[in-house]
Amino acid sequence: MTSLTVEKPPPAEPEAPTRTKNTLAKRLVPWGYLSPTVVLIVLLMVVPIVMVISYSFRDNVIVQENSVFAGFANYTEVLTDPDFLAALKNTFIFITVSMVAHLLLGLGFAMMLNSGMLGGVTKAIFRVVYVLPWLFTIAVIAVIWRLLLDPSGVVNYVLQTLGVISDGVNWLGDPGSALWVVTFVNIWSGYPFFMISLLAGLQGIPGELYEAASVDGANPWQKFWNVTIPQLRPVIISMAVLDLIWTSQQFALIWMMTGGGPLNSTEMLSTFTYKLAFSEYEFATASASAVIVLLLTMILAFFYVRQQRER
Amino acid sequence: MAIRKASRTRLIGALTAATVALALGACGGGDSDDVASDGTVTLEFAQWWAPELPDGSFDKIINEFQTANPTIKVKLLSGPYASTKQQLVTGAASKTLPDVVGLDGAWVNDFAKQGAIADLTELMGDAGYDASQLASQIQLEGKTYMIPVVNFVYPLFVNQDLLTKAGVTKVPSTRTEFADAAKKITATGGNVKGWALPLDTAVPNGIQNDVMSWLWASGGSMLADGKPALTTPQVKSVVEYVKSLNDAGVIAEGSLTMKEQDKVEKFTTGQVGMMIDSLAHINLVKENAPDLKFAIAPVPAEDGFTGKRGIPYASWGIGVANSSKHKAEAFKLVQFLMDAKANAELATLANGFPGNKTAKPDFSKSDPMFEEAFKIYQEGFPANEFVGLPKSEDLMRSFDEQLQLVLTGKSSVDDALSKSQDSWSSVIE
Repeated sequence: MTSLTVEKPPPAEPEAPTRTKNTLAKRLVPWGYLSPTVVLIVLLMVVPIVMVISYSFRDNVIVQENSVFAGFANYTEVLTDPDFLAALKNTFIFITVSMVAHLLLGLGFAMMLNSGMLGGVTKAIFRVVYVLPWLFTIAVIAVIWRLLLDPSGVVNYVLQTLGVISDGVNWLGDPGSALWVVTFVNIWSGYPFFMISLLAGLQGIPGELYEAASVDGANPWQKFWNVTIPQLRPVIISMAVLDLIWTSQQFALIWMMTGGGPLNSTEMLSTFTYKLAFSEYEFATASASAVIVLLLTMILAFFYVRQQRER
Repeated sequence: MAIRKASRTRLIGALTAATVALALGACGGGDSDDVASDGTVTLEFAQWWAPELPDGSFDKIINEFQTANPTIKVKLLSGPYASTKQQLVTGAASKTLPDVVGLDGAWVNDFAKQGAIADLTELMGDAGYDASQLASQIQLEGKTYMIPVVNFVYPLFVNQDLLTKAGVTKVPSTRTEFADAAKKITATGGNVKGWALPLDTAVPNGIQNDVMSWLWASGGSMLADGKPALTTPQVKSVVEYVKSLNDAGVIAEGSLTMKEQDKVEKFTTGQVGMMIDSLAHINLVKENAPDLKFAIAPVPAEDGFTGKRGIPYASWGIGVANSSKHKAEAFKLVQFLMDAKANAELATLANGFPGNKTAKPDFSKSDPMFEEAFKIYQEGFPANEFVGLPKSEDLMRSFDEQLQLVLTGKSSVDDALSKSQDSWSSVIE
């Protein structure tokens, strides 16, 4: 207390320039710290995105020196291409089915691991087993499942031995089954992330809420709907939107398993765009396709950000 | 004082961060320091060859070049084929190709039209190089853009055990004999099929290696005066033949999404009796299945065909970037790799055939099959009409999609060929 009275404030007049300097320096400090990130974002995100958007409005880009302005012609060409529309439909099926299955499987396994019915060792074993698919890279997953699903592979052998099917099924080579098979593999490889996140969410629900529900006479089903789900809702919504965004970008799995075939039955927006760019060298229409994907993804990102703000 | 010191520290921290940011920004531009103070030039050489050769063997060849040319250093940029292709496509687009580039014949047209790769005819002239020693040159409008360094042919591989088991005594030489052998092998049962046909659309080279090879083996062509000619009786007979094999159930299942490596795997494990494949895979098959008895033969031709058989091939080609500041030095490297001695050494290591006509690969330590294949190669002629075509991978893919429609009964042969013809005509001007 005494020190406050002893130390007098410095005279105002001579300190004025220093304060101005300090104020300016203080204002610059945060920008100085932010500058590496800002530069990186500009170089690695803003510049490429702006370039791709500009390419999408031009023709003869990249592969020819004299590109010309084409207006919305590339967008018209892409949006009226039956292959693009088929890819859009396939992508919609792929991402929605994957997300719903990821959620249901993740929630089911998370609840199982969170229940008091299993012992510690059993839980640890299940935890390791359930999380395994998440540890494999996409390349390994694609190779493993291609081998398993080969017409003379393990899956057909097991199913035939069990009498489920009489003849071997051409899982990836049949246009009727290929999309569902790659979706299944994507579900298999992605559910552990949901499981881990939901398990963390479940472990954060206060036990008192269940006790109160029990006092009110709620049965397990009512506890699930009225306690568990409302408590998990923010996690579920965040995970679902993120999963839709991630799955819509899935390229490697499709490319390595089917290449978009057979007969374009597994063509996704990502493989469609890749083929336009790196096989047909149509970088202008590929850019238009990429911008459309960006816009669709931004809609999902908008919902994600809004949901995060509400939290 | 303490407050001022903290302020100063924060400011210094922020300035450091800003300096880092400026440095990051500067990373994007500027030339690499490719000329040392003593005048030594450093060439960048991007290729997929080194990973496919025995460990360190390509570095040894490059060291020989550096010893012979002390003022030139070579920085190898080695990666798998697919990633090398992607890097070169983006490099060509941004005019940042390495000085020397490994090329596939299928890329040449597009790179040359972009002005990304240099006219080698001019560089050969400047260097006084004798081009008559080259087995082939990939040209566009009379100018050479790629020189094939090593060639890999694609003969017919036959599982002799399966052939014997099926009661076939002679390796098939005609389409009828092949169909007959394929049916007999399939009839032996146990999930074994006569032939493997990879038609995966991600890498649609099955069209080149496994389908068009039937056409070239009978002296046919898919082009007429440089334009697509897919509706000719010759091409139609190939598609009808493949369809007849498919209808007979002699093609291994899953061909619509089968990749080249799946084909090799099926042959190696005895699940298919015959395949058309790169000679480079002989060692791979022998390594994975030392007891497998197999032979190689020319791709069967149409019954009664007596002419020279075209044998499909793929090449490790080489070119020089148009943006290179050291084209003369880059061509010295090309010249060295095409030299009879180095070229023979490289061909021997790669189990391929040299791009220099005078180079003699050393078969003394190789499998006798390579010598046999060399005879097949010399008796026929290397045929690959996709080399030099624009967007050749896309041409293969569009043909692949139409063939898939034929094999699944969703299109007639005539319709498929007509649509392929239209599709190709829009690409090949």
